Amino acid sequence: MSKWLNPRSAFGIALIAAALIALPFVAAMGGQAWVRILNFAILYVFLALGLNIVVGFAGLLDLGYIAFYAVGAYTYALLASPHFGLHWPFWTILPIGAVIACFFGVLLGSPTLKLRGDYLAIVTLGFGEIVRIFMNNLNAPVNITNGPQGITLIDPVAIGGFKFSGTTQILGYSLSGPQKYYFLLVALAILVIIINLRLQNSRIGRAWQAIREDEIAAKAVGINTRNLKLLAFAMGASFGGVAGGVFSAMQGFVSPESFSLIESIMILAMVVLGGMGHIPGVILGAVLLSILPEVLRYGVGPLQMAVFGKMLIDPESLRMLIFGLALVLVMRFKPAGLWPSPERKRELQGDA
Amino acid sequence: MADMLLEARAVAKHFGGVKALRDVSLGIQRGEIYGLIGPNGAGKTTFFNCMTGLYIPDGGGFTFDGAPLLADAPHQAAERGIARTFQNIRLFGNMTALENVMVGRHVRTKAGVFGAMLQNAATRDEEAAIRQKAIDLLHYVRIEDRADDLAKNLSYGDQRRLEIARALATEPKLLCLDEPAAGMNATETEELRDLIDGIRRDGTTILLIEHDVKLVMGLCDRVAVLDYGALVIEDVPAVVQKDQRVIEAYLGA
Repeated sequence: MSKWLNPRSAFGIALIAAALIALPFVAAMGGQAWVRILNFAILYVFLALGLNIVVGFAGLLDLGYIAFYAVGAYTYALLASPHFGLHWPFWTILPIGAVIACFFGVLLGSPTLKLRGDYLAIVTLGFGEIVRIFMNNLNAPVNITNGPQGITLIDPVAIGGFKFSGTTQILGYSLSGPQKYYFLLVALAILVIIINLRLQNSRIGRAWQAIREDEIAAKAVGINTRNLKLLAFAMGASFGGVAGGVFSAMQGFVSPESFSLIESIMILAMVVLGGMGHIPGVILGAVLLSILPEVLRYGVGPLQMAVFGKMLIDPESLRMLIFGLALVLVMRFKPAGLWPSPERKRELQGDA
Repeated sequence: MADMLLEARAVAKHFGGVKALRDVSLGIQRGEIYGLIGPNGAGKTTFFNCMTGLYIPDGGGFTFDGAPLLADAPHQAAERGIARTFQNIRLFGNMTALENVMVGRHVRTKAGVFGAMLQNAATRDEEAAIRQKAIDLLHYVRIEDRADDLAKNLSYGDQRRLEIARALATEPKLLCLDEPAAGMNATETEELRDLIDGIRRDGTTILLIEHDVKLVMGLCDRVAVLDYGALVIEDVPAVVQKDQRVIEAYLGA
């Protein structure tokens, strides 16, 4: 696969790299809020690619994915905040968060091995809610999660003496906190993209695809479907855990309300809307679905003021309306997603 | 007794009140083509499914290659060396023909998640070997020019061949074919016959379930007849063909 790149794709990669480096500075012109929006977009890319392993590769519909994100976030929050007085460095907590989330992934996966489709979706949905409700209520009798108030003053990411919060001067340029996190997130996202690509074209990736296509035939050729499904859950969950840890550090605050069902559905929508199982499509879906609502949030209000001179419709509700309409239209006219894999496209065109 | 590859001892299976298999005992010798025939609903496929671990038998059991076969463990049956095709073809429709055969190599290869992520030399070598072996098998069943087509877009006959190639990719000792000639015309059946004969000559024992009596009698070394879930006779084709009970089972008493 990795022969020497031809000049054209090398140029393409250079262009993407240049764009990725320039992006946070361009966004900063509109204010640091836009850099934060950008950061969340990348975090969602990370999450969506994690879920893509479960849903896109192995074909297991998971509606509780946010639970693993929550587990990762709380792991980080508890081990790096004044809540327990622990301040572990982030590079030890991130793997711990991944391992704990992985454990929860197997915990969710093992009782659901015989379920498929809608039944699996319902169980995973319940699981996601259970985790959130636990976070909400584990403040008594022993205060572990601090309940609905959440955990505050979480340590920012720091490598050695280099802190990711606050502004620093590097080579005469001043980098804001969100801008620094941006580069950390891009690095993590590139890592998860590479892992996704490599898994897809591997013995394991093929086995997952086989399970998705026909589980009985997969068993008949000797695929241990139980272990491979658990593996998909575990891997997806680990990515969720890592994303949660970064989220925790970036925000400095976690509370159960960040991990509601709508978040799970959003991430699933990113995967489905972009193009299930197709990595570029999933990235596109995640970027669009995380940035579009923000654009609407900032665009709808001023637009109404300019056109009508007053607020006719609350921007927040209009945002969800437009968002919902967009989802319906995409699914109606591009059922395989905005950027489906070539195979999936053929599959839905029904040319068999 | 000759060298037995597979022995079934009093295998029984019922679905509710229907006795699909009544204490079926038979033995398949190493290197032979063994035919299993019987009218519709006689229990042929049920027998297959019990053997390959898709069903758990209600009684009896199987000995394969000198050790008992575990019930309810299809992937272990493949690991032990039993490969099968399905009566109603079950390919991975949205994967290419080549990928289908590559999946068949799963059980004989071992690259894990970390190998896939790191892409170390061992993983890359194994991946190249999987691909090469898959290409060779597509040549073997003579559908190499369809390698990059989606399995579901292959013609019916090619799908049958692809399923056989995928089964062969698991390096089986016993290849079980469930009605491979169903829906084939005379020419295709003739080609299939040559293919099956070739596979046997290359050292794989074959269990053949088939409706096409002519194909079975011409190809098989020994034949067993099932009727209403019970074994009627197990013998060489010449004897089976003349047996009164077999004639009755097929034509009605």
